[in-house]
This record gives sequence, C-alpha cells and structure tokens, in this order.
Amino acid sequence: MAHTVALCRPEVVCAYPISPQTHIIEALGALVKTGELSPCEFINVESEFAAMSVAIGASAAGARAFTATSSQGLLFMMEAVYNAGGLGLPIVMTLANRAIGAPINIWNDHSDAMAARDAGWVQLFAETNQEAADLHILAFRLAEELSLPVMVCMDGFILTHASERVDLPTPEQVDAYLPPFEPRQLLDPDDPVSIGAMVGPEAFEEVRFIAHTRHLQALVRIEELSEEFAETFGRDSGGLLHRYRTVDADTVVVALGSVLGTIKDLVDTLREGGMRIGVLGITSFRPFPSDAVRAALEKARRVVVVEKAFSVGFGGVLSTDLAMSLTGLTVPVATVVAGLGGRPITKTSLQSVFESADRGELGQLTFLDLNHDLVARELQRIVQYPRSGPSAENILRGLGTPAGTG
Amino acid sequence: MAVRFYQVGSFAVGNRLVDGTDRTVQSDPGRSNSLTSGHRACQGCGEALGARYALDAAMRATAGRMVAVNATGCLEVFSTPYPETSWQIAWLHSLFGNAPAVATGVAAALRVKGRNDVRVVGQAGDGGTVDIGFGCLSGMFERNDDVLFICYDNQAYMNTGVQRSGATPPAARTATTEAVGPEPGNPFGQGKNMPALAMAHEIPYVATATVADLHDLEAKIERAMTFHGARYLHILVPCPLGWGSAACDTVRIARLATQTGLFPVFEAEHGEVVRVTKIRRPAPVTEYLRLQGRFAHLFDGSGQPVRPDIVAALQDLADRTVRRYGLVDDVEGGF
Repeated sequence: MAHTVALCRPEVVCAYPISPQTHIIEALGALVKTGELSPCEFINVESEFAAMSVAIGASAAGARAFTATSSQGLLFMMEAVYNAGGLGLPIVMTLANRAIGAPINIWNDHSDAMAARDAGWVQLFAETNQEAADLHILAFRLAEELSLPVMVCMDGFILTHASERVDLPTPEQVDAYLPPFEPRQLLDPDDPVSIGAMVGPEAFEEVRFIAHTRHLQALVRIEELSEEFAETFGRDSGGLLHRYRTVDADTVVVALGSVLGTIKDLVDTLREGGMRIGVLGITSFRPFPSDAVRAALEKARRVVVVEKAFSVGFGGVLSTDLAMSLTGLTVPVATVVAGLGGRPITKTSLQSVFESADRGELGQLTFLDLNHDLVARELQRIVQYPRSGPSAENILRGLGTPAGTG
Repeated sequence: MAVRFYQVGSFAVGNRLVDGTDRTVQSDPGRSNSLTSGHRACQGCGEALGARYALDAAMRATAGRMVAVNATGCLEVFSTPYPETSWQIAWLHSLFGNAPAVATGVAAALRVKGRNDVRVVGQAGDGGTVDIGFGCLSGMFERNDDVLFICYDNQAYMNTGVQRSGATPPAARTATTEAVGPEPGNPFGQGKNMPALAMAHEIPYVATATVADLHDLEAKIERAMTFHGARYLHILVPCPLGWGSAACDTVRIARLATQTGLFPVFEAEHGEVVRVTKIRRPAPVTEYLRLQGRFAHLFDGSGQPVRPDIVAALQDLADRTVRRYGLVDDVEGGF
C-alpha cells in the first residue's frame, strides 16, 4: 500500500499510529527517510486531530497530502475531517476499517467509515488488496480534479494485514495517469486570499449544495477515471459498483469491501445448487450511486444487505441508502448485520441466511451468528440485579473467554 | 533613551520624537495593513490592535513573504463575515483547536515546494492556545516546526460571551466563574503559565508583550523572525467587553498589567530568559483592578476593597512574579 501511495508522489505525509493502519505510514516514513520518496515531508504528529490538521494546512498551501487512520483515530480527527470536506481540500486518506469502542476492539468492521459518511468525503471501498492499491491512484486523481477529499476504505487486518502478491504499476504509468497537483485554492503571498471565512444563513446552504454537486460530478468521474485506469494499467479497479451474476438473480446480496470475496464464492456454490443469486459490491459509498444501484437491483425479487456496521436503535446503514435508492419499487430489503468487531463471516452462516432469504423467510434485520443465549442471560442479569455491572465484562465472563482470544 | 521621552502616564516613545529609522512599522504609511479597517471588532478591542501591530511587523520583517493561519475565535469572526474579509494577507482558518497543526502543514508544504522564503504565522486567542489548541501547539513546539505562533491573550472566551479559560486570572468574574459566594470569580491556584510552558519545550524563542508598548511588540516580532523553528509570542490584549473596562482604557490597562507585575514582559531563547522589561513606575494591583468590571466585586462604590484578603492575594501574586522575573531592580520600597 505504502509503495502505491509513494508512486503517487505525496508531498506531505502526516502520521499517527493506530492499528491496523500503522505499517502503511511506517513504510512511507522509511521511504521518505531513505530518499526514495522525495521531495516529501514526513511529519510525526501528536494525534489524529493534528494529522488531519497538518494535511489541511499542507493541502491549502498546494502540497499533495496523505494520511492514514482507523477507528478511534478517525473519530478523534472527525472535526478536521469535516473541515477538510467543507473546505474542499483534495486530501487522500487510507481508512483501515476497524470497530469503534467501547468496548475497545481493534478488529475489522465498518463502524468508522459509516461515522464519517456525511463529512463530504468521497468514500471508496476496496474489495481486494489489489483494488485497495489501485484505488489510491484513482483517489488522488479524483480528489485533485474535483477538489474533494477522498477516503480509501480497506478492511482492517483482512486486507491491511494480508500478505499477497499485487501488481504495482510503474512510476511512468502513474505519472501518465496522475498529473501534478494544481490546487484550485492556494495560500500564497503572491496572490493573497482568505480561506475559511465564516458563512451565515444567507449563503451556507448554497455552499453546502456546491459540495453536493461536486459529489454528483464525482459519480460521473469515478466511472470515467476507472475506465481510463483500465486502459492505462490493464486492470479493472474502482468504478461505482461491481456486479457479479446479478443479471438473472432473484436474490441479490449487497455488501462493501472484502466480504464480497466470500459472498462471491458462496454465490458460485449456491448457483450450482440452482439458486438464482448474485452479488452487488458497492465501491463508491459516497457519493452513493443511487441510479446505478437501482438499475442493478430493479429486477431482483429480494435484496439482502450484508453490512459490517449498524445504527444502534435502528438497523442497517447501507440498507437505508439502498431503500432510498429503490423508492417506488416493491423489492424488499433485508439487513444482515455481520462481522462486527472482527467476527469471522463464514460461508456456512451466510449460506443459511441466503437460503432463508430464498425461501422468503429472512426477517428484516438479522444479526449473523448472534449468541442469543448469552444475550438473554445478560438481559436477565440486568433485570435481576440493580447493579449488574458492565455488560461487556459480564458477557465475556459468561463466555468463559478472555478478551481477544475468542 | 526611552526615559528622556517621558509622556503623560507612560514611558512610551512617541513616533514623532524619534528618528525615522526608529519609528514603528505601524506609523509607516507604507505598512501592509494586514488586518485592514472595516472589520467588526468592538470599540477598544485589544486583540484587533495586537493583531494589526503584530502582523504588519511580521509582514515588514518578511518583506511580505508570509502566510497566516488563524484559529476560530473573535479575531476570525470579526475579520471575515462572509463574503467580506479584512485580511490583506494570505490567510487560512480551519478550526478552533488546530491552528498550530495547520500552520505546521503549511510550513511543510512551503518547504517541500522549495518556497523557503515564505514564513508562517499561526494565531489564536487564549482559548485556542492554552486550552483547546494546547495539544497541537505543544506538538508543533516539540517538533520545532518553523512557525511563529502568536497568542492574543484576553484571558477568557470572549467570542462566546466571556467564559473562563485556562488563562483567566484568579478572582476575575466570567460568565462561568460568577462573582458570587465566599470565593467570588475565578479560583486561585488554577490556570496555565503558557509562556513558561512554551519555554519548557526549549524552542528557539519565546516572548511576551502587550498592546501598551508598540515598539517592544514590533521588536519582538522582528526578533522572532530572525529565528527558524518554533517561536511563541504571548501578547496581552485587554477586552473591554469581557473585562468590563472603558474602550479608551485598553492601552492603559495593558500598561498597568505590566507595571503591577501581574504580566511580566520578557524574552527567552532556547528555554532561558534572556531579557526582561523592567517596571519603571511600579503600581499597586488596585490601580489595575479598579478599572475593570470583572474585579468590581472586590471594591465598594468608592473604590475601597471590600475583600482586602483577595486583593492582598492578587498583590502577592504580582509581587512573586516581580521577584521571579526580576522586574524591579529595587523592590525594598514596595508599593
């Protein structure tokens, strides 16, 4: 990942460690220190809030800026994340997707990305390591062309810590695809401007609407840039979404990120058994490709959304967007919350869910592999004892497993 | 030299009385007017005055090769009500708590672009410096990033309506430390000594100044610009609104802050104090306190202390600062 980012010639890289993103910035730090990546300023900051703030300053002063974070780190920098979005600064950030505490958990899910959903950033989800690498190149191009920040989301550990061979493009290829950064707004004593003025009710809505139109432009450009990417690098990466065996599918599963690989394998198996099932991977979560999603799903008889995040007190997050995109159609959308805090999403568990969906028996909201007995015991304890204690610890005790070894 | 140019109520040197080369940047019609007229600051605003002096001096020291990063706060709000701006320099506002880090990013970008002639100034009020921005500021200091950071200290959150900050002095009334109860106003024994904290980072240059001594303030900006690396200038800027003082008393109160010893004016290099501005006409703290509504609960209508214990504690604080920084050559006479 670091080598791909280095090929994009970032000029300022700010780094604050958080698992599972750390090795990416470590490797970039080494590349800067050896001079392989030059000119580049590598800045060890004191927090993620500072990391994004340094990136904001660097980008506003005309440098190509990159940082990476995860989970709590994203939340800690959130005020600056929104600020970069609002200012329209083309910063690229890798988000190594990880659960958000409490309870503290370093493993993968998509809670962090969903928390930043409305920050004005483009959010691209990688299915594989190859795509994660490729999306960074596309991200810099898209960001700088539209003056928008872009987050490349890749599943923590599942992708970030997977060792597999990926094709790295040549510097010449990347240079041909990604021209030098020409900032739309620049902090420059030769042409002094004020950036970041206060905007009142008389113009705030218009400024926000401009941000929305840029996202709508991004919907078009992501497709075009992905096509150009394929021509330049000879690989299909990116795009708004990936369709797999959806054309004649009754059941279409929708998901983000690396779990798509598992689902595709399962789709192949289930197809052999005669089930008409396909899968739709959303690469561009923001901007959300409503029209493309609708076109891909309008012939389906049912949609099952497998998501690694949920809105407590409501249900699915991606599902909500899908339901909105399918307004007016009768296709039912079922949500399967899965893989929270790094719980493995197995083909066996998914298969029973998809079979249930195929029979028309899947409920609107399902928590995959939820230990109902364990939950019931804790709920009972809460009723029984006024001071029942912290639920997370009680549940772990009930499981008889020290944290992190289950 | 200054003593010979004694003026009523001050030891400041009027520009007309000195050689052309010694006159202030601010007296020069060719100054950059970094923060130009038409902004929305209150009458008598010490921050507007301080920012104007500081930035014009910085613009001269850098021959106009400078960009500024601003934290959220009064200075940002009154200078840039969209679509207007009072800034005639390249200026960036991001957030309340991140100005030092944004400045770091700007400095890094300028370095990587080979624009080493362009200098970076970060600026914030006391809230953006000692409280919400402290983490980013400390990080900028310890990395010794090439930024001059200026704190315009008016000793509370004035933009939001005068709430206590970590720079609010003891006994001062704010909206969150009301002048009620047995210990009215801000408690004793709290607050941050930000210049000392900056010095603890052993950065190349730390200085304090007030809006009462324009020559001194400008000289410190100029001095700061001779260094590279992290530099910190802490400017006391009275706030008529928050301090409950007359708009015409801003400079007078700033001067009294130094003459009482409550606000020491000094310079430090690499963690060591190298110069202090001696108090030439010592004044008791009551002279300073009586001019300000935020200390009104300490006095009765005729100006006599109703809480002599608190006034004495403040005097003790001033005396200790005088001793610590050696602000008076001979303190035996007392006040």
